[in-house]
Amino acid sequence: MSPQKSKKPAIEGWFDMDEKAPRLVGTRCAECSTVYFPAEKVFCRNPHCASSDLPEVRLSTRGRLWSFTNNCYPPPPPYVSPDPFEPYTVAAVELEAEKMVVLGQVAGAGVEDLEAGMEMELTLDTLFEDDENEYVMWKWRPAAA
Amino acid sequence: MGSSDVAILGVGMHPWGKWGRNFVEYGVKAARDALDDAGLAWTDVQFVAGGATIRNGYPGQVPAATFAQALGWSGAQVASSYGACATGAQAINTARTQILAGLCDVALVVGADTTPKGFFAPQGGERFDDPDWLRFRLLGATNPIYFGLYARRRMEAYGATELDFARARVKNGRHGLANPNARYKKAFTVEDVLASPMVSDPLRLLEICATSDGGAALVLSSMEFARRHTTDPARIAAVSTVTPEFPQTVIEMPNFSTDSAAGAQVPDTPFKDSIAKRAYEQAGLGPEDMNLAEVYDLSSALELDWYENIGLCKPGEAERLLNDGDTTIGGRIPVNPSGGLSCFGEAIPAQAIAQVCELTWQIRGQAEGRQVEGARAGVTANQGLFGHGSSVIVRR
Ligand SMILES: [Zn+2]
Repeated sequence: MSPQKSKKPAIEGWFDMDEKAPRLVGTRCAECSTVYFPAEKVFCRNPHCASSDLPEVRLSTRGRLWSFTNNCYPPPPPYVSPDPFEPYTVAAVELEAEKMVVLGQVAGAGVEDLEAGMEMELTLDTLFEDDENEYVMWKWRPAAA
Repeated sequence: MGSSDVAILGVGMHPWGKWGRNFVEYGVKAARDALDDAGLAWTDVQFVAGGATIRNGYPGQVPAATFAQALGWSGAQVASSYGACATGAQAINTARTQILAGLCDVALVVGADTTPKGFFAPQGGERFDDPDWLRFRLLGATNPIYFGLYARRRMEAYGATELDFARARVKNGRHGLANPNARYKKAFTVEDVLASPMVSDPLRLLEICATSDGGAALVLSSMEFARRHTTDPARIAAVSTVTPEFPQTVIEMPNFSTDSAAGAQVPDTPFKDSIAKRAYEQAGLGPEDMNLAEVYDLSSALELDWYENIGLCKPGEAERLLNDGDTTIGGRIPVNPSGGLSCFGEAIPAQAIAQVCELTWQIRGQAEGRQVEGARAGVTANQGLFGHGSSVIVRR
């Protein structure tokens, strides 16, 4: 048996690597309350706000499914496709408190299992692997009741 | 006549296809055709605006000079611009504003591209600070993924069906049959469309625009210059190159998320509605004054979104407009009489220019086999990733 691969985030600093309590890491403008994900760290992008005070925040882990689709064909690099290719589903999830939509692949469900408006929750899942590492991404999945 | 009109003296295109030759060749062919159409010599051109491409090396990033050199250095002034799919509108607007400022009388606008096979891919390397690279890497979010999200949203919000989307594709396929510059000249049935393989649910292979080689060019002039050379030319009455207003609350390529509306008022006019709206305001015209439209049907379902975005009908009514035949040639407001991207595929920097070529041929009554009778005014709509709007109004 091959030794256990170590888990690494597919991108550093965008989410907490905690499988029990995954959170997206963004920022919130201290002046106007606009939330940024991916994090905006330098200047607020609200044209009516001159703030550069953008403390880190964790985003809501649940939201409503705005829309969804899938990919039936392997995309080009830099996506790392398994061989053979496995189709994947992408969800756009609306977060109520942040008033924004965040994309993510869907873990453990296909388009046939989804319906706009349903509640989705954040999870962590493998995006791709190489010989040493398993690269982990945030994904959405239908929320447990 | 509006004081901000410029004349379209000549239009030209290189047919769309997968020719695999250097993009410069397509641009030069289109430019020479446009000059012939205008009855002017290349050396009459004082200003060249080029639409750039990210795919053809350094020459693709400096297209105005590239085309000027290929046409024969003449000392013309040049400017190159890039705005993704909206690139052509930026080049048109650069030429137009030079003319309106009185800095030149005659300007040439050229865009051309040579594209690889398959999905558009981001530029190479490891680029963790480039959202276009990251969306492929982290989400596998190809362009059709975003088109699929919009299409599914139409189904959920308005009850659109896969059959409606297929009908939009079939309509455009028929329109393009007689267009000599179209790449795909084949009449498909809804059964053909619905039998083509699923790419990004609910969109199928025949409903997602291909990538093409092609080139398009315009010769523009001041109205005063035009009066000395021709009578009653088609005119550009407006060019909109607007960006979104914050917060942009609809997910857009290549982003991972929308802007948050938690700290700022959502704008009255959503981005895609604002694109043609700005052009109508410039021209002092409204959608009711238009006789035809060329819109960016990157997918069959997106064409329906555009009907609403450019004000042809209210949100949720696009399927009825299509199914009543209003947007078919012979109907109230034909959309994509050229055949649209369905029949052309996308040659990015040329596409917004090609839309203006089509409106010009239509308004002159020269659109053989696809003529919209009595066309006097038309609107184009298009959108480039990273927040580029594009809309041009052409009229007599
Ligand atoms: Zn702020």
